[in-house]
Amino acid sequence: MSIETVDILPPVDGGQPGNPDIETFITRSYWRQPNIFTGLVGAVVGYAFGHWLGNAIAGSYQQVVGNGENNHALTLGYIFGTVGWLAGLGVFNYPARKLLGYQPQAVEENDQKFNRYFRYSLDHKVVGIQYLVAMLFYFFVAGLFALVIRSELLSPTRHLLAPDTYLEIVGEHGTMMMMMMTSAILGPFGNYLIPQMIGSRRMAFPRLEALSFWLTPAAFTILLSSLIVGGFPTGWTGYAPLSIQAKEGMDSYLVAFGLMAVSMILAGMNIVVTVINYRAPGMTWTRVPLFVWSILVTALLMVLAAPILVVATYMALMDRTVQTALFDVNHGGSSYLWQNLFWFFGHPEVYILALPGFGITLELLPVFARKPAFAYRTVVAGFVGVGTLSFFVWQHHLFDSGINPDMRPVVMFTTELISIPTGIIYLCMIGTLWRGRIRLTVPMLFSFGMLFNFLIGGISGVFLSDVPADGVAHGSFFVMSHFHYTIMGGYIFAFFAGLYFWLPKMIGRRLNDRLGKIHFWTMFIAFNATFLPLFAIGELGMPRRVFEYAQRLQTLNDWVSISAYCIGLSLLIFVYNFIKSTIIDDKVPLEQNPWDSRGLEWTVPYPAPVDNFPATPIVVSGPYEYGTGAGPMIVVPAAAAQTTNDAVAL
Amino acid sequence: MTAIRVGRAQRTGLVAAVFAVFSAFVIWTFIHLTHYPPTVAAAATAPGEANITMQTVGAIGTEPHPPWVSYLVQRPNGTWVHTTVLKVPAHSTVHVTIYQYDSGSDLRNPLMNQVQGVGDATVNGKPYSMWTDAIGHTFTVPQLGISVPLPGIPSDAKNPCSTNAPCSPSFDHMKVQFTFQTGAAGTYTWQCFVPCGVAYIAGFGGPMSTVGYMNGVLQVTA
Amino acid sequence: MSATPGEPAASRPDLERASTPVANVNRPHVIRIISIWGVLSVVLAPIVYFVWGPHMPPGNMSNVARGQQFDNQVLATVATPVVLFIWTYLGYSITCFRSRGSSDDGPPIKGHRGFQASWLLGTTAIVMALFVFGTYQLITPAGAGTGSGANPIWVPPGYSATAKTNKILQVQVIGQQWRWTFRYPAYSGVETTQLEIPVGVEIQFNVTSLDVIHEFWAQQLAVKADANPGVNNIAFARANRTGSVDVKCAELCGTLHGAMVTTGAVVTQADFTSWITTQVKVHAADIPLLPPYAVTYLPTPDGGYYDPGQDPVPDTSAPTGSPSSGEPTGDTGSPASAAPSPSASS
Repeated sequence: MSIETVDILPPVDGGQPGNPDIETFITRSYWRQPNIFTGLVGAVVGYAFGHWLGNAIAGSYQQVVGNGENNHALTLGYIFGTVGWLAGLGVFNYPARKLLGYQPQAVEENDQKFNRYFRYSLDHKVVGIQYLVAMLFYFFVAGLFALVIRSELLSPTRHLLAPDTYLEIVGEHGTMMMMMMTSAILGPFGNYLIPQMIGSRRMAFPRLEALSFWLTPAAFTILLSSLIVGGFPTGWTGYAPLSIQAKEGMDSYLVAFGLMAVSMILAGMNIVVTVINYRAPGMTWTRVPLFVWSILVTALLMVLAAPILVVATYMALMDRTVQTALFDVNHGGSSYLWQNLFWFFGHPEVYILALPGFGITLELLPVFARKPAFAYRTVVAGFVGVGTLSFFVWQHHLFDSGINPDMRPVVMFTTELISIPTGIIYLCMIGTLWRGRIRLTVPMLFSFGMLFNFLIGGISGVFLSDVPADGVAHGSFFVMSHFHYTIMGGYIFAFFAGLYFWLPKMIGRRLNDRLGKIHFWTMFIAFNATFLPLFAIGELGMPRRVFEYAQRLQTLNDWVSISAYCIGLSLLIFVYNFIKSTIIDDKVPLEQNPWDSRGLEWTVPYPAPVDNFPATPIVVSGPYEYGTGAGPMIVVPAAAAQTTNDAVAL
Repeated sequence: MTAIRVGRAQRTGLVAAVFAVFSAFVIWTFIHLTHYPPTVAAAATAPGEANITMQTVGAIGTEPHPPWVSYLVQRPNGTWVHTTVLKVPAHSTVHVTIYQYDSGSDLRNPLMNQVQGVGDATVNGKPYSMWTDAIGHTFTVPQLGISVPLPGIPSDAKNPCSTNAPCSPSFDHMKVQFTFQTGAAGTYTWQCFVPCGVAYIAGFGGPMSTVGYMNGVLQVTA
Repeated sequence: MSATPGEPAASRPDLERASTPVANVNRPHVIRIISIWGVLSVVLAPIVYFVWGPHMPPGNMSNVARGQQFDNQVLATVATPVVLFIWTYLGYSITCFRSRGSSDDGPPIKGHRGFQASWLLGTTAIVMALFVFGTYQLITPAGAGTGSGANPIWVPPGYSATAKTNKILQVQVIGQQWRWTFRYPAYSGVETTQLEIPVGVEIQFNVTSLDVIHEFWAQQLAVKADANPGVNNIAFARANRTGSVDVKCAELCGTLHGAMVTTGAVVTQADFTSWITTQVKVHAADIPLLPPYAVTYLPTPDGGYYDPGQDPVPDTSAPTGSPSSGEPTGDTGSPASAAPSPSASS
């Protein structure tokens, strides 16, 4: 019997970089595509369903009847609400079509319409802008909570808030900052710039990248809704067994943090694969910009550390809902378990925050000192060293908690070892600035601010790594000041440096320089005025997260609170600058490379073509060849470029 | 959606409107957050003397947490307020009466079954310095060294309070009375030390962790 | 920038070598920076150590407080030249390495083996030295006042893992939501709400919790130890002089965490003995009702917490074995109930 030959459909190839063989392109109006509004509808429907399901399952549980709260309903409501939100956005359309055997459809993406920012777009540039707006919004909301905290701490005896409300606000501020802002640099700048910096037309996994973004509004809303259901009393660290004891609002924290952890894993995985696989020909590892290196290590940390957080939050949710006793000592659990799991994630988390800050600063220094990055390979080794070591130090958060005393010198050693690779950042700074031609632009000012602040933060970290000195400082405002110096003084200042620097490239507008300098100086001075005294306040005996404190510390606290309001004012100046320059002012023609940077991303004009480069470029020199007389980084083959396809597969 | 030409003036107006709405929301949230349960001042009977009357119930019965145990405080005019924020005068003798309507349970720490820091403590008229049977709640102000165990109603009580709070004395209750001296002005926190946050770990969640139910503020004002 | 083929750079003076004439350009900057930094460090570091040092937190009211203060002193003194160097360099470079309107690039210096090597060696040396120093300070005085778990390895003389042969005065610190109480096993296991300890005597603080995680912070004594439920966390201290001690909670434990403050006192031996005897008398009716003194406490099945049937610390274990009393034992016989039975619903 001979085998029949039949015509088969041409293969659909959507997995490689290059052209997916898409047959159908469709153009639909905005309102007929999944968009943010359909997402909201999905979220509401999903939440209602989940809440009903939780009531149906658990409404008669003894625990639920006894305390009058239904954790199951709330948790299931959140989870189904998130699924509904994503479904409404159209996240599941492509996987569902593939699973069911249909051909994937593509939507025209080459229209530069404004509404593409309000749907599940697969263009990494759109995702970057979405991240930018979202992160700025989360930052300001969390900052407003900080002002409420400082208002409460104006007096140790006259209280603005009830003690439980105060703790809710403390938790919201801390969690919103630590949770949402993890991707504050990687999200906007990593997603927008990395393909352009490595000469690629796209990211490896655009759907995962977009999904990582769209999880953040869900997490943010869930976290904020915690205030409606009574808040959570544990602060951002969520320690059990207090978290198991807490009211309903704790579920919001756990679900939101779990969602953000998933977002981190997806974003990280996408970036790792993109940087490893999508570099243009000639972009050897020694020509990869330092910013990309820092984001690569950060992404690796995210992929390796965030799963632990998912596990930990899941365990806590199980303890709270179905009464597993993982953290309950009375039934065989351990109060140490959460601490260890959380900090195993938590310590790499803070390096997830620190590394992009280093990356931006060291990326900007060569541009504004007009010199190559000093000791490039050593710096890369430093980034990798920081990332690796960050997994071996988490127990320094547990020095006084009764862990095995043998561990403490070991962890003291590894923690102090981290200062060596961190010090390499300053080595690079010193070498890059040496005999440079420094241009003191606003991004450069913020870089200097970052270096100044991070030094203080890092040195205070050495105090905390020394176990006896940690005996004074642990659990006090000294720790608070240490991490605000490293995270806000380092990371956030670097964020603003990157924002002022790359905004002309990202949205074709440049922030006003004079207002930028005022923003920097007021923020820098107010920031130091706020957090420098907190070292003293902590050492003088004020624990963290307290609403009452010794009367003798009131003057210092008042000074700190007023300086905190000044930070708020300086950020208002930034908001004014940002809104005025981006929305209110009419567009002015802008030169493509206002900072005269060699970076590859500056060869892409604004508005950027969907594929970034007209053809796959060939990299011939590195990004930091200032003063060597080297030409531009890339050459583009003059011969027929590969056929580009303007659409991106849905 | 075709691009709409939005002029500079309209953009400014739009931004201002959004900003105004956002600010209004922020201010509303702030006001909502600083909402405290109402303060009830002790009734001044004579110079240097003041009275406070409170009750403790097994379930408040009203939203948002009907099954939660709670304190209530009586205003001088007789109305009961669902609060735990008290105001007493400084340098005075405060006479406290508490109607305890709840059943009792074990203490977390038996040290709290002692009457500490107050004088003339009586239960249903009989003086006591310690209560070894089931205790309903305690009135404890750690920073002033005051702690008074409030005995639970007997387990065979025929007529426990079954309505929404406030309960009336026609139901079974234990009437506790004591006096304490106030010193200089200050703000102190007070709480119950019986693990009566039912269905929360260690019994200290829920109402025990919420101002207005089982912990509160004692303001001593000059 | 337009995408034209890049021209190969003519020369690549990217690696600085000390022997090239370029080094002479560096020398004035090096000399200036080092001198400014040197002068500032030589002036400020001794001020930090000698003038500020003796007044640094946490003071020197106990041996461990003095140890922690010494750590702060040394760390601050080592940090001073490091911070000053970076500040000096930043200030110098902002002033002297400016472009001043020119659009020239700087010299293409990509690395300097000598400087990089010295930097790495220097930072490593400082880190190693601080590690050795910190470990030594953790060992003497024993545990440096920090909570060292149920089986501390660095202990003051007189310590023994078995209760009967342990000569150190035991004070149990019990954390509960939201106040501190203290038990003295040597004095009938009396439980007080005040902390008083005698001066000049080594004290062993056995810190535990009845519910969630708290942290015992006796500020002037410089003792800081987490109170974990079901765990005994041991810290040692010996007070040098009498005075008052602020006791606070340093681990968020719920809404009234900030109110978990009490004032203790270090008093003379005679005052302590008279105080504790009075306390035993005052609490005489209550002491039999408290559970027997144990280093950890687990709840009863019916919702109350202290279990009168709890096994106390075994007195007769072999000297080499460490007692298992510190671990939360699940086998005291209390059945694992799903939830405490509601006792107060009407």
